[in-house]
Amino acid sequence: MKNIADVVIIGGGISGCSTAYNLAKKGVKNIVVIEKNYICSGSTGRCGAGVRMQWGTEMNCKIAKQSIEFYEHANEILEYDRDVDFKQSGYLLIADTDKEIEQFKKNIEVQHACGIPSKMLTLEEAREIVPYLNTSILKGAAFCEKDGFLNPFHTTDAFYKAAKRLGVEFNTFTEATGIRVEKGRVTGVETNKGFISTNIVVNAANAYSKNLCNMVNLDIPVYSERHQILVTEPVEPMQGPMVMAFGLNLYVQQSPEGSFIMGRGDVNEPRDLRITSSWHFIEEMAKTIDMVLPPISKLRVIRQWAGLYNMTPDKQPIYDKSEEVEGFYIAVGFSGHGFMFGPITGIVMSEMILGEKPTIDVSMLNLNRFKTGKLLLEPSVV
Amino acid sequence: MDENTIICRCSDVTLKEVRELISEGYVTFDEIKRITRIGMGPCQGKTCGQLVMREIANATGQNIKDVKFQTNRPPVVGVKLGLIAEEGRR
Repeated sequence: MKNIADVVIIGGGISGCSTAYNLAKKGVKNIVVIEKNYICSGSTGRCGAGVRMQWGTEMNCKIAKQSIEFYEHANEILEYDRDVDFKQSGYLLIADTDKEIEQFKKNIEVQHACGIPSKMLTLEEAREIVPYLNTSILKGAAFCEKDGFLNPFHTTDAFYKAAKRLGVEFNTFTEATGIRVEKGRVTGVETNKGFISTNIVVNAANAYSKNLCNMVNLDIPVYSERHQILVTEPVEPMQGPMVMAFGLNLYVQQSPEGSFIMGRGDVNEPRDLRITSSWHFIEEMAKTIDMVLPPISKLRVIRQWAGLYNMTPDKQPIYDKSEEVEGFYIAVGFSGHGFMFGPITGIVMSEMILGEKPTIDVSMLNLNRFKTGKLLLEPSVV
Repeated sequence: MDENTIICRCSDVTLKEVRELISEGYVTFDEIKRITRIGMGPCQGKTCGQLVMREIANATGQNIKDVKFQTNRPPVVGVKLGLIAEEGRR
């Protein structure tokens, strides 16, 4: 491991790998990524493998749209020797209350202003897309054909390999144990494998980002919340899009290899960073699936797992640098959509670090927004 | 052994692919799993797990006892969602 670096990125998920790749592409030498487990072991590798543009805030819409446009060409841009498996078969959002329909309409206005091709659907139109959808309990739906499935492992691997080819050093099973600050400036990172001297640290640790901020006495308003997923045995293709419901607390899609992946969150989760599996989840999930998409309940669950959403008060990420500690950058608080935003995260963080003109103005997503109390809340998160 | 031997029957992964990944630096079960889907299929690693761990042990000089398997997750065998729902509604 290098003991001196120009930039140290903490976190080997999509955000860290994408930031490393973008910095290296812009010519930064001596970039070191440290990851306490292995690449893609945290939130990225535990996500539901879906990407969507159908958001409710302008920032989330813009970041998602440009990220998805990147993902459409990710194999070529990153010169990946495997396949990121991007299947744009859409996201069908379903609503079981009139209030949600109103929200969908408001969201679609924001989406259209950003050039996102989403639309409201009648229940008949929704059934044309997913014939076994139990529309008797629903009020309406929204659809965007550009949304879809994306393999988080291969996508992160693609960024990782591209960054590595550009000379980035990755240290797995290497945990940051401290961040050294002298006279208000970052001077290095202490790890379980030794000290790395650096003036720039990027906190890309998402679920564990608060602990890292605490190391430099920076208090950020995030917490991590366990979300769980289960996967079924693989079957022949039967469902095109991801079906997602906010009120019913559900997302479910069929992956390209045939298994169904479905997940949900629980706001009553203890905030203790646990990633164990619970029976409560599998039972509630089974009941919901049985009600909403009955034929899927004939399938066998083969595994369940959990991961952490790093939540912010407005459910939008934080892209910023610390005002108090020079050289400490943060890309955290993705609130369950860090994988989707990966390409843009890398671009905006690399531009911020190098003082370049931003591709997308993400200044609204600064840390100070929580102090003013004027937050634009993202309404559409499962 | 023939390198085209399939050692993951759920996801059709060959011994050759596993060996190549190990030589590229993917030296834990979880890393190989994330790239190839080994251990994610209906057998949940019950068939392929030992074979992959033996390959890792041989290539890295570790004792197979020290090679970490993936986290075992519930359920132990596949269970129909409908049955779980039915039980949950009782």
